[in-house]
Amino acid sequence: MDYLSKIRNFCIIAHIDHGKSTLADRILEQTETVALRDMEEQLLDNMDIERERGITIKARAVRLKYKADDGEDYIFNLIDTPGHVDFNYEVSRSLVACEGAILIVDASQGIEAQTLANTYLAVENDLEVVPVVNKIDLPSAQPQVVKEEIENVIGIEAMDAPEISAKMGTNIHAVMEEIVKKIPAPKGDTEKPLKALIFDSYYDSYKGVIVYVRVKEGCIKAGDKIRMMASNAEFTTVEVGYMGATELVPCSELRAGEVGYIAASIKSIGDTKVGDTVTSATNPAAEPLAGYREVNPMVFSGIYPADGAKYPDLRDALEKLQLNDASLSFEPESSVALGFGFRCGFLGLLHMDVVQERIEREYDLDIITTAPSVVYKIELTDGEVKMIDNPFNFPDTTLIKQAYEPMVNAHVYAPSDYVGGIMELCQNRRGVFKDMKYIDQTRVDLHYELPLNEIVYDFFDALKSRTRGYASYDYEMMGFAPSKLVKLDIMLNGEVIDALSFIVHADRAYDRARKMAEKLKEHIPRQLFEIPIQACIGGKIIARETIKALRKDVLAKCYGGDITRKKKLLEKQKEGKKRMRRFGTVEVPQEAFMAVLKLDDE
Amino acid sequence: MAGLYIHVPFCRKKCPYCDFYSVGYREELAEEYAKAVIRNIHYYNEEYDTVYFGGGTPILMARHILQILAECEIKSGAEITVECNPLEMDEETLKILHECGVNRLSVGVQSANDCELKALGRSHTFEQARLAILMADSIGFSDISADLMIAVPNQTAETLKRSVKSLAELPITHVSAYLLKIEPNTVFGKNPPENLPSEDETAELYLSAVSLLENAGFKQYEISNFAKAKFQSRHNLKYWRREEYLGIGAAAHSFYKGRRFAVKRDIREFISSEHQLEIVTDENPNELEERIMLGLRLCEGIPETLWRKVENFLPLIPKNYYKIENGRLSLTPNGFLVSNEIIATLLSHLEGKNAARNE
Repeated sequence: MDYLSKIRNFCIIAHIDHGKSTLADRILEQTETVALRDMEEQLLDNMDIERERGITIKARAVRLKYKADDGEDYIFNLIDTPGHVDFNYEVSRSLVACEGAILIVDASQGIEAQTLANTYLAVENDLEVVPVVNKIDLPSAQPQVVKEEIENVIGIEAMDAPEISAKMGTNIHAVMEEIVKKIPAPKGDTEKPLKALIFDSYYDSYKGVIVYVRVKEGCIKAGDKIRMMASNAEFTTVEVGYMGATELVPCSELRAGEVGYIAASIKSIGDTKVGDTVTSATNPAAEPLAGYREVNPMVFSGIYPADGAKYPDLRDALEKLQLNDASLSFEPESSVALGFGFRCGFLGLLHMDVVQERIEREYDLDIITTAPSVVYKIELTDGEVKMIDNPFNFPDTTLIKQAYEPMVNAHVYAPSDYVGGIMELCQNRRGVFKDMKYIDQTRVDLHYELPLNEIVYDFFDALKSRTRGYASYDYEMMGFAPSKLVKLDIMLNGEVIDALSFIVHADRAYDRARKMAEKLKEHIPRQLFEIPIQACIGGKIIARETIKALRKDVLAKCYGGDITRKKKLLEKQKEGKKRMRRFGTVEVPQEAFMAVLKLDDE
Repeated sequence: MAGLYIHVPFCRKKCPYCDFYSVGYREELAEEYAKAVIRNIHYYNEEYDTVYFGGGTPILMARHILQILAECEIKSGAEITVECNPLEMDEETLKILHECGVNRLSVGVQSANDCELKALGRSHTFEQARLAILMADSIGFSDISADLMIAVPNQTAETLKRSVKSLAELPITHVSAYLLKIEPNTVFGKNPPENLPSEDETAELYLSAVSLLENAGFKQYEISNFAKAKFQSRHNLKYWRREEYLGIGAAAHSFYKGRRFAVKRDIREFISSEHQLEIVTDENPNELEERIMLGLRLCEGIPETLWRKVENFLPLIPKNYYKIENGRLSLTPNGFLVSNEIIATLLSHLEGKNAARNE
């Protein structure tokens, strides 16, 4: 098994904007894996949205060849990991595929929430963490302070960490050598039954699903019959290979310790779940690799086409997105207010944002999305337990014995100056204070228990605005807690507008109701009839606004028989009406839905 | 029989609220313009039972009006109107108009309150307008209309009441009472005046104008028009009853031989063209839609054959906004105020219904 000693499997952990993709690009350059003409900024991030937001949404991997100072050739497998809490599980599976992680810390900003969370995850999975201090070219860089912080907070040796500038290409060589020296070579036995960990997959229209794996034990080659141990689906391997920087490179076999891909004419990405173990169908392993779990959507929202005729296009877009995103779930749903659409499940808010943006951008569809909801657990008086992710299905209050809502453990990292504002925000969001730790003299780690539904909305925006962008946060699910939940309905002219209903904690209902009513009043134009806007819980009205009847529209003198002008005006008015949703005598412009559903709390 | 509209795009001074087409008055230009109008009259070679000189300030061209009318084939008993600015109504000019057959004047009085006139950028005082109308009456004009503007800056129920009262004391037969509208490409549009009445105040002013005028004997027959018995403007009625009218001049509009067309807002082009260039705005206008849209501006409303087609959508209109009498459906003054919304509601559904039928 001599080949193993020349392999290094590693990932890069960094906070958004701390330079992960830039360092990855530099490493690619150093290994001459990518000819310069193929270089594009941030090669590993493929999607437009990733580039714009500077985040990595899905894991990517690349195999590199490096001639080290010891004269030996090494194979580097760089696995890029998603950097956001929404993809926590995917991150953990990417980490398990590696023996080490490079931890990038910004020399001027220090450790951030995401860095910390992912580093802990790496340490938990026995990865060797190699710290690197980046952006030393910045005038505000304090590499020494940051190194001390790494030692104090994470508890790993950092004094010898390379001080680099990925942007300028400074000291990248030191990083390469650290990888060779510090990160352990993989272990594995090619004679054992096949065990390969799936850490990513995507759909290719020619080859079917391309499964990215880290082989832990055994070997796999074309022609092998394989089985996915969680889904039990079986396939015949058509091709194996590794990931070149710009294309897939087929090879004869993948051995224990190696990272590569499998193509096996797999039609559905649902059969290749991240974390699952690929084994041989003829000589299966007794046990799958540990750590697999089903990924359940945490946040739900209705997505409707702004133009009802585009419903098939929307379905098409969702189906195509799902080809590459097994964690996106959707099913048809219809609303009196919005017509036909889909109830979609997401891993979290970022995931939801990304999906919505891709639908609008890549499929050129205007969509309306309903307020995001989390999954609630409702215990009924007859003993039945229901999981509710849609306000439409919320049972009558009299039938509820106890309602439960999902809770998270949240950590907010911020300069200590902002503690007051953050605590106020968390308290407003029904948070329970657990703990506060100083990371260093100026920065704190605030630990709160928060209801998930309080953070799915706009928590991060509110946090940023209270801390002038200096805070970061991270959370993990901690299960359900009893809660006083109610369903709030909005009525226009006495009619319930289903798309505007939402589930909310009783203590917050009045406040939300009042704001919804005000927003609607602001965005619905005056009409021929007076329109009462009412917010109610189980028939009891808790907030009310009135849109007064329209008194006058333009009454211009019709000069010299210029009818054309009037007709143009009329056409415009008629066009405007087409974009409205009609409920009885009330017309609601789409912008009103958008405004209300995007309602922020501050 | 067709009506004739002649646009006179000349003013001494542009009013800050006005976005009709006009340029500064120059004798030579007016001369050229009148020649071009006459060329077109010969070109269309039509007989008319109403003639309307609108502007601009048509009275500035009184001498040319004389020449133009001489070239027109006009049915006997035709209504011939000229729009007048009170400051231009001197005795000599009025006599010329009277002698050449003009039998109706439309005078831009706008208000009986000099503060309001000033706010509107008008150069005349009410007293000047009053004397001008008295002179026209003494010369023999028996059909005089006065413009009254509603929702003017600083206007109150009280000043409006005084304006109507002052107008009612004059020898006039007709009032055009319209709401000030701030148009984008005007001085007011760029720099809106202060103290404009609110939407609700405007509605109240309009409603009180309607009842004050009715009480003074001017019966409403159109959204903005009020007349003593038998003095409704026959020319203006053609617009709303969808009868033919031919427009001649820069920026003039026509509904003629089944088509709607307009002439460019360009006096030079009009003067230099042998015949005016017709820019068709609607080759084949939708009759049903137009009849509903135009008819509902009139107090006589629309006949049963028309309103039956939109009957199903009447529940979308508040009951006090319309009435059905003697088989005709018409809007009430409250309905007139929101007539755009009402018409758009009825017609957008009409469209939906037709579209559904086509599928």
